[in-house]
Amino acid sequence: MTTNTATKTLTIDGRPVDIAQDRNLLEAIRRSGVDLPTFCYHSELSVYGACRLCVVDIEGRGIQASCSIVPEPGMVVKTATPQLRKLRKTTLELLLANHEGHCTTCDKDAHCRLQDLARRLGVDRVRFQRTAAPKPADRTSPSVHREPGKCVLCGDCVRMCSEVQGVGALDFAFRGSDTTVQPAFGRGMGEADCINCGQCSRVCPTGALVPASDVEAAWEAFGDPRRTVVVQVAPAVRVALGELLDLPAGADAMGVLCAALRRLGADAVYDTSFTADLTVVEEANEFAHRLKNGGVMPMFTSCCPAWVSYAEKFTPDLLPHLSSCKSPQQMFGALARKLLPEQLKCEAKDLTVISLMPCTAKKYEATRPEFETGGLRDVDLVLTTQEIARLIAGSGLDLSMLTPEPPDLPFGMKTGAGVLFGNSGGVTEAVLRYAAAVLGDGKLRRHEFTEVRGPDGTRIAEVDVGGLKLTVAAVSGLANARRLIEEVKAGQRKVDLIEVMACPGGCVGGAGQPVDHTGCARCDRTAGIVAADRAEIMRNSVENMAVKALYDEHLEKPGSHTAHDLLHTEYRPRRRLGDLDLLLTQGEQGTGRLLVMACLGTSCHLHGSQPLVHELVAAVEARGLQQRVDVRATFCLERCGEGPNVKVGERVVAGATVAKVMAAIDEVLAG
Amino acid sequence: MSTACAPAPATPHAKFARVTEILDRHDRDPARLVPILQEVQEAYRYLPQEVMAFVATALDLPPSKVFGVATFYAHFALEPKGKYVIKLCDGTACHVRDSIPILDALRAKLGLSEAKKTTDDQMFTIETVSCLGACGLAPVMLVNEDVHGQMNPSTAVALVDGIKAKEAQP
Amino acid sequence: MSTAATARYEIDSAAADYDAALSRTTRRVVICAGTGCLSAGALKVRDAFRHHIETAGLPIIVELRAEDHHKGIHVGTSGCQGFCQQGPLVTILPDNILYCKVTVEDVPEIVISTLVGGNPVERLQYQAADGGRCRGQAEIPFYAQQQRIVLQQCGVIDPESIDAYCHTGGYRQARRAWRELGDKELCDLVTASGLRGRGGGGFPTGRKWEACRIQQGERKFIICNADEGDPGAFMNRSVMEGNPHSVIEGMMIAAKAIGATEGWVYLRAEYPLAVKRVRRAVADAERAGLLGPDVFGTGRSFTIQVMEGAGAFVCGEETALIASIEGHRGMPRPKPPFPAQKGLWGLPTTINNVETLAMVPLILGMGVEAFRSRGTKGSPGTKTFALTGHVVNTGLIEVPFGATLRQIVFDIGGGVLMDGKVCGEEAFKAVQIGGPSGGCLTKEHLDLPLDYDSLRGVGAMVGSGGMVVMNTKTCMIDVARFFMTFTKAESCGKCVPCREGTRQMLAMLDQIVEGKADESVMARLAEVGQTVQIASLCGLGKTAPSPVLSTLRLFKDEYLAHVVDKRCPARKCKALTPPTIDAHLCRGCMACLKVCPVGAIHGEKKQPHVIDAEKCIKCGACITTCKLKAVA
Repeated sequence: MTTNTATKTLTIDGRPVDIAQDRNLLEAIRRSGVDLPTFCYHSELSVYGACRLCVVDIEGRGIQASCSIVPEPGMVVKTATPQLRKLRKTTLELLLANHEGHCTTCDKDAHCRLQDLARRLGVDRVRFQRTAAPKPADRTSPSVHREPGKCVLCGDCVRMCSEVQGVGALDFAFRGSDTTVQPAFGRGMGEADCINCGQCSRVCPTGALVPASDVEAAWEAFGDPRRTVVVQVAPAVRVALGELLDLPAGADAMGVLCAALRRLGADAVYDTSFTADLTVVEEANEFAHRLKNGGVMPMFTSCCPAWVSYAEKFTPDLLPHLSSCKSPQQMFGALARKLLPEQLKCEAKDLTVISLMPCTAKKYEATRPEFETGGLRDVDLVLTTQEIARLIAGSGLDLSMLTPEPPDLPFGMKTGAGVLFGNSGGVTEAVLRYAAAVLGDGKLRRHEFTEVRGPDGTRIAEVDVGGLKLTVAAVSGLANARRLIEEVKAGQRKVDLIEVMACPGGCVGGAGQPVDHTGCARCDRTAGIVAADRAEIMRNSVENMAVKALYDEHLEKPGSHTAHDLLHTEYRPRRRLGDLDLLLTQGEQGTGRLLVMACLGTSCHLHGSQPLVHELVAAVEARGLQQRVDVRATFCLERCGEGPNVKVGERVVAGATVAKVMAAIDEVLAG
Repeated sequence: MSTACAPAPATPHAKFARVTEILDRHDRDPARLVPILQEVQEAYRYLPQEVMAFVATALDLPPSKVFGVATFYAHFALEPKGKYVIKLCDGTACHVRDSIPILDALRAKLGLSEAKKTTDDQMFTIETVSCLGACGLAPVMLVNEDVHGQMNPSTAVALVDGIKAKEAQP
Repeated sequence: MSTAATARYEIDSAAADYDAALSRTTRRVVICAGTGCLSAGALKVRDAFRHHIETAGLPIIVELRAEDHHKGIHVGTSGCQGFCQQGPLVTILPDNILYCKVTVEDVPEIVISTLVGGNPVERLQYQAADGGRCRGQAEIPFYAQQQRIVLQQCGVIDPESIDAYCHTGGYRQARRAWRELGDKELCDLVTASGLRGRGGGGFPTGRKWEACRIQQGERKFIICNADEGDPGAFMNRSVMEGNPHSVIEGMMIAAKAIGATEGWVYLRAEYPLAVKRVRRAVADAERAGLLGPDVFGTGRSFTIQVMEGAGAFVCGEETALIASIEGHRGMPRPKPPFPAQKGLWGLPTTINNVETLAMVPLILGMGVEAFRSRGTKGSPGTKTFALTGHVVNTGLIEVPFGATLRQIVFDIGGGVLMDGKVCGEEAFKAVQIGGPSGGCLTKEHLDLPLDYDSLRGVGAMVGSGGMVVMNTKTCMIDVARFFMTFTKAESCGKCVPCREGTRQMLAMLDQIVEGKADESVMARLAEVGQTVQIASLCGLGKTAPSPVLSTLRLFKDEYLAHVVDKRCPARKCKALTPPTIDAHLCRGCMACLKVCPVGAIHGEKKQPHVIDAEKCIKCGACITTCKLKAVA
């Protein structure tokens, strides 16, 4: 056979297909128009080769999984022989035998890949018995629910969590037919080193990992006549909701959403883009202040709660670099609690604040204890795009019959910059627009900073802002963030402002967004955000008159004392896994003993906690104190950076030495 | 294993000191996770969660990964094993020469089952292994490091009785 | 080691020194110290020999050292001699007398009769089938019918002495390879020899090397796969226990051929003695400077590390083994890329089985032609098998490819064992070959010349070489279920066909032996089996259904008896076996006879009753009724 050197081709089902830049045969086949079924193949993740559904018959090589074959010129491939069809069908039937399928009550119903493929491949019965014991559901996390009985062990979540997010909260445990995907030591997701980004649930093909649902609580709030319900809508929600409600992909659905929310029972509908504009002002001000006063640099954004959680758990030494600004959701919550009862003429306790978010981590963020006003949560309820679609569907509302409505003022006023927060790089661009306007001659300069846009996970650009040369970076995916952090720490790179979004592509790719097995929807949403920005007359946060009015009436000026109280927050190191410690001394067990906890966490380890612990035990034993004192090793006292830390009773001895700790012990024992 | 002949440390602190020594000897290299866990298990006779968490921290690995490795390999135990670990071979050669009746007899003798592998007094653990490679002596069982060949239910029970009698002596 | 203190170890002078030391021995007592003999008390026997020789006032040599000058009897140990069921084995040289099942009590007699008097102790010699006593290995059919090449030195030399290995010509071929032969030349030589992987697949070793050799890279690896996990196979264990340096020499030659700088031995932890011996051998070779920064004065480095497995059969699969060394769960990954391209740490890697590597120095020594003169055209050379099960002589054997099952089972194995008696062909039912990846051979295959291709042709495989003989009282469904239990438990759980398929196949086999399956189960078993075979990710998954598919094909009637007649012809499956009455316990009370709903029990009052198996429906009423527990 002669191959033309100019166009190399292979044959797929009898038709010639040019060899392009496909990473594997599966992609070439899909490009040729055949959607081979898969569970474990994900273009964002490494090839895993476990589901075996993408098998094809290659002439001379027999039946192979196409995901792990490199396309070669002259290859003759068949994708749909009777044998292949039977293999796929039997494989699927085997999976279904032990799948705890309750399709009608499953969150993934109608979006489940297993269900879809069973239908496509014509599995009309299961001839095999269930052999697995039922596996209990895990509802410990406010963000993600886990139902191991529905898991097909494709490992997408595991690879997402480790490869893209660099977290590794989930992994396989046990083996063979006992294999499960779970956090360490069989803990719940809410008790693990999870950062709540929910990306595991985004890639899960079945209902094994789904965003936690608060739909019932929302129905209750909307249906309660005593309550005044206000809703804020995040930028990324409006460009994705249409996917679930038969609107054009990427179309801005804010207008009909406002109308629908009011029909559902919302007393007011606001736009999180408003507090995004406010964030731009506060954050730009903080940035300028750090720059001018030699503050901690580079500065990292703090809008993304999964990133904040990651920083607290995994890079605690970086916390001073995080902007102290609350996220737009929590700025809204704080303002709502402070101002809305008066504006909407209701009792503070009767005001319910609901957020519509593309994000599962926002559910967790809203539960953080610091985000409370007068004993009330600043944000009561966070609903994802998926959940609001379910509410709308449940209400029977026909969106095509609704007339778009504007959001309520003042917090419904926004600029294009605020909307940009939905895209990775959007916060950076919004801040740059603002800085360009404020720092320069006062005239609004260029609107678009396209150098921070694009599909790459890490984008670094040098920009000239009003004569000031800045290096800014926009990163999405926490493994990308970690790499950039390492480079910055190592001094290989100098960056002034780093925007971090946990989800690839930013909030448009959030885990609360509609399920998208094709991977194409995110691009449409990104484009939708860009279009929504361009559609605005005001495209710079400095132009948001409602923000200006807010400062004039309540906040004085950016960075003021009031602004700080209301719009800023603090971070602290957090332990990844709680309640694990290790007794190191040996004495009679009993009550009334003094507990001495020595931290062996990563940070304290670097500060020399390990030799300290050995010396401490020796000192306690040398003094014969093991009958009165228990020395235990623990994994984080949440005081990283001051280590080694040792907790004696209730007191934390930072920068501990044996002498300091023994003195503290003596003091406590002496009463 | 190079530390195999070192006696198991007795006190909690000595065990922990052994763990740090093991980690240091392996340069805290995450690629050495399997041998590290093997040696840690020798010190504790199983892998306590807290110790796995410490190993994870020291190697800068996610705890889920350490747990995943610990649960993948059959040698790792998540619960304490008995002082005498009886490994009954159920390889092909032993199976066709009736190893299962021996297992049944031992379990009946010690009140153990498939689910309950260790006696309450932490004296005996019964496990099956797929092959000890001593097929010529089938059926074979291992009591800690000692190989006992050409067993039958009554010789196996007698062996356990012997151990019990020895342990009962002051 | 005699030259530990000197600067450089010289293979030739070490061998000469060892030879000189050996020549001063008047007699040698070699006690087999393989796992089998050790468990039977070999070390106590050795100590008894030392004690009684001294008591008898005979000069004794405990360690063979060049600097000693006195003559005497040397008492030493060897690795596994393969005839484990007869252990502890003691060989007296140069008389060439082999004693079997030697106890401490036998030692004084051996010392007086043989060591002093030069006469054999007849009662301890192997008794042949005709009742005659065999003097040494040459007369014992078990050994006489074998061709021991790779096992030749196992059970002869002291496995813990590098000098002893050098004395047999050891490390000469590695030296030649490193100093005189080119990398390509080596690959070509091994390709020309026709050596195929002894670990299971039978892939040509030379081609495997060549694939790695042509890869660019400063750092490459040679891994010795010593994770012998097949239940019922211990060939690799014996080689490592008996002649560990041969494996190291093989690795060194492979390293030269492919350009490897580092070697790994991934060794099953269930083999503590093999672990000890290989570690010792590596340490000795390092100390001798054979391994290290400057191999044979070439200025090039080669080192070996030993890692113990942690109990996962799947780690015998190349990519899973690599994952395990790298500190991960031992789960295979898709190939390509092959380890030759991307192996350990993503670098070019060759993985060879223990026996393959141990064969390499021998091939270089004897030459390609001599090697090819044994075995068959497509499968040259010899192969070790672990002969076990219902056979008179169990143990480790080595035969040329092309030997027939009849030769192995009846000539070497001494016949089929049933109810403790030696039986002929009439008691032979099948041989399971290739372990959990293999299949069965039956009477019709008794004269089939065995090699890689002929076995594949009949749905079995050489595998690593486990060979389990089964008599007619074996239930083949029970055997299939045994292997399925194993593969289900050892499946890594990664790919769907293997994880879910083995679990369902086991569930179906469970139903069969419990009498809960109907005829349709056979078609389902075959369908799932084929799915697992074709669609699984790794080689172990692809072969996991073989034991079931093979028995389904060869013993269809036995399956039908289970699912249609609800009867286990071998009376192994409890639920399908009619109860019987123990005539010694039965008092003839007639209680069971009355309770039997189908009148299957006959007997006179006060006389033992009998159950008619044909009529019995196995309801169990008689069992619960009998107060004397005579029915079971």
